[in-house]
Amino acid sequence: MPFHEMFEPDGSIRPCYDEVQKWVERTGIAGLNRRMDEAEAIFRRIGITFAVYGEGGDPERLIPFDLLPRIFTANEWRVLDKGIRQRARALNAFLHDVYHRGEIVKAGIMPADIIYKNSAYLAEMADFTPPGKVYSHIVGIDIVRTGPGSFEVLEDNCRIPSGVSYMLENREIMTRMFPELFNQGIVAPVDDYPAELLKSLKEVAPPACKGDPVVVVLTPGSLNSAYYEHSFLADLMGVELVEPADLFVDEDRVWMKTTLGPKAVDVIYRRIDDEYIDPLVFRPDSLLGVPGIFNVYRNGGVTLASAPGAGIADDKAVYIYVPEMIRFYLGEKPILDNIQTWQCGKPDEMAYVLDNLHELVGKEVHGSGGYGMLIGPKSTKDEVAAYAARIRANPGEFIAQPTLDLSTVPTLGPAAVVGRHADFRPYCLVGKQIRLVPGGLTRVALTEGSLVVNSSQGGGVKDTWVLQD
Amino acid sequence: MLSRTAENLFWMARYMERAEATARLLTMGQRMAILPGAHHRDEWRSVVRATGAGHQFPEGTIVTESDAVSFLMLDADNPSSIRSCLLKARANAKSARTMLTQDMWEALNDGWRKLDSYDVGEARQQLPTLIDWVKTRVMTFRGAAHSGQLRNEGHDFLRAGSALERAQMTLRLLDVKYYVLLPETEVIGGNRDHYQWTSVLHALSGSRAYHHVYGGTYTPWQITDFLMLNRLFPRSVAYCYDQLAYRLNRLAGWHDARAACHDTVQEMVAALEKLDSGEIFRFGLHETVQHGLSMTNRLGAEIAQAYHFG
Repeated sequence: MPFHEMFEPDGSIRPCYDEVQKWVERTGIAGLNRRMDEAEAIFRRIGITFAVYGEGGDPERLIPFDLLPRIFTANEWRVLDKGIRQRARALNAFLHDVYHRGEIVKAGIMPADIIYKNSAYLAEMADFTPPGKVYSHIVGIDIVRTGPGSFEVLEDNCRIPSGVSYMLENREIMTRMFPELFNQGIVAPVDDYPAELLKSLKEVAPPACKGDPVVVVLTPGSLNSAYYEHSFLADLMGVELVEPADLFVDEDRVWMKTTLGPKAVDVIYRRIDDEYIDPLVFRPDSLLGVPGIFNVYRNGGVTLASAPGAGIADDKAVYIYVPEMIRFYLGEKPILDNIQTWQCGKPDEMAYVLDNLHELVGKEVHGSGGYGMLIGPKSTKDEVAAYAARIRANPGEFIAQPTLDLSTVPTLGPAAVVGRHADFRPYCLVGKQIRLVPGGLTRVALTEGSLVVNSSQGGGVKDTWVLQD
Repeated sequence: MLSRTAENLFWMARYMERAEATARLLTMGQRMAILPGAHHRDEWRSVVRATGAGHQFPEGTIVTESDAVSFLMLDADNPSSIRSCLLKARANAKSARTMLTQDMWEALNDGWRKLDSYDVGEARQQLPTLIDWVKTRVMTFRGAAHSGQLRNEGHDFLRAGSALERAQMTLRLLDVKYYVLLPETEVIGGNRDHYQWTSVLHALSGSRAYHHVYGGTYTPWQITDFLMLNRLFPRSVAYCYDQLAYRLNRLAGWHDARAACHDTVQEMVAALEKLDSGEIFRFGLHETVQHGLSMTNRLGAEIAQAYHFG
């Protein structure tokens, strides 16, 4: 049996879930299910529509919301908090290194090809240091749990991790619907996040900035699947939400078009991908983007958050080396473990993977959102054979991991509280300081036994509580 | 403020205003259609004409209630149908989301696909309910803006858009009344004429207010006076022009800059101040209204230019 976050193996309640248990008993399962409909109606009315983690799909879709919170104790959180900050520091140090001297390669810790032949590596970033040496300003780290004390990192997201609006809105809904749950003040608040984000962004203002930095959020537009989140964050920070066509470059600065005429912009929290930032540098065929912006960036006229090229740090092939990065750059022992990972690009590891694929999870190095995955134990012989053939044809494109005994979180079923697999994404902010609000996004697989938590494949979200001492 | 945002707010307000005006026109159509002998006449044509879309229906045919409800309420291809207006207002709102209060957004977002599921039969059957729904949506939106929105330039763009659209609709209604409702053979002030003039007042929710101002008598010149010149009635052309001048002046203040639109709106207000209803009829109601329509169109274009709309 996997570790259940709410129940001990003997069926008793883990102490951190006492309050929730009392609430479930008080309200009854049927009552909670009725409240679930209310929650959905609220979500629909206020228009929280989203496709988390850049999964695409209908931008007006609602993600299923589950009422039962996922809970971390204060002690559990202390470990997570330290581990996440440590990882964010190491990933940023790595980014600085790969775009400068490449010490980690010279030291023989990482092979050069993994970095320099990787499509996420941007040669245009070489020898350039962004303000504060920060490359990834918002580091989203996907974490799973396999036992009482064991948290493991599934994936790092150093580009533009999404879903944080869900962290905030899930809490908002919960406090709106069940104020009594929060009256005792045992749940740490997360609503500082937008203020912390704004502080972090202002701390990395470019050299050209004089006075209070002008921060904007850059969205591809209202048809983007994460548009709700973009506007939500701009709103909560009180900054302009701009589209590429609202910006232009003139005399080494970036300007936005306002009713008062052009206004200089200092820091751009961009929610568009690297390749669409500047058609002069990356994608001449693209109509998106701001021509000349990259040049201004390199000359210190504007800060892009996160930096172009930061994606090299969250590549699945690079992920394997993060514990080594922590030792190498920080001289520290990694607090959070990686999941064991085999690289099919290495002949002996590929041989192991092919022999054991029926028990492993296969992943494409560049895949995301649960696509291109093979879950060995849940696949037919033919599916495993077909996937093995794909690995043989392109070994460097695949990795494999053991199927983990992921913990289950309490989830509201029609007749009882049931256990469903979940993962967790906290959002670590990096400016001059590192900031982390106590919480994050819990995604849950709503189908029994399923390990796939992506909303495009039937996953939902729930509020995440960090208990205060 | 971003120019794109200003443009979105301006047009969002216009579309909401237009949706409400169209809903009111449908009410007017229904009132006229229950008058004796209505089925021989082409009352619904005047309604589609008031929206500026008369050319969509060939002369010599009768425009039926079905035609009008389908075209004005539901038609996805008619850019001025209520459905199109509400969808476009929501798209504007989505693009300018950070400038809206939560309540304004909810007013636009609640049930935004409602009209997708109606066919014309159902819509006709439930016309009063649907019209009420549209009016409630618009009024909730307006109330949310009134009570919650920051009084910054965004609010001025919003209110300017709504005043401009409203002035246009009142002008069009007057024109339709003059041109379409009154056949050559009828006498001004005749019985049917009376009903038609009052239906214009009804369409603008102005019949009670009219009573308070002029007592119980209806005359075309008093109604014209009321709808063109009365500065207390919030749908009169004069009131809308005053609003436009006020909002544009505030914008000039925010920006410390004047543009052609500021002169034009002053000109519009001054021209109206010189008029009385006798003069309107001497000059010709149709001519007066046409001049007003072309001035509001020009003003709209000048506002877009002054504030760098896309």
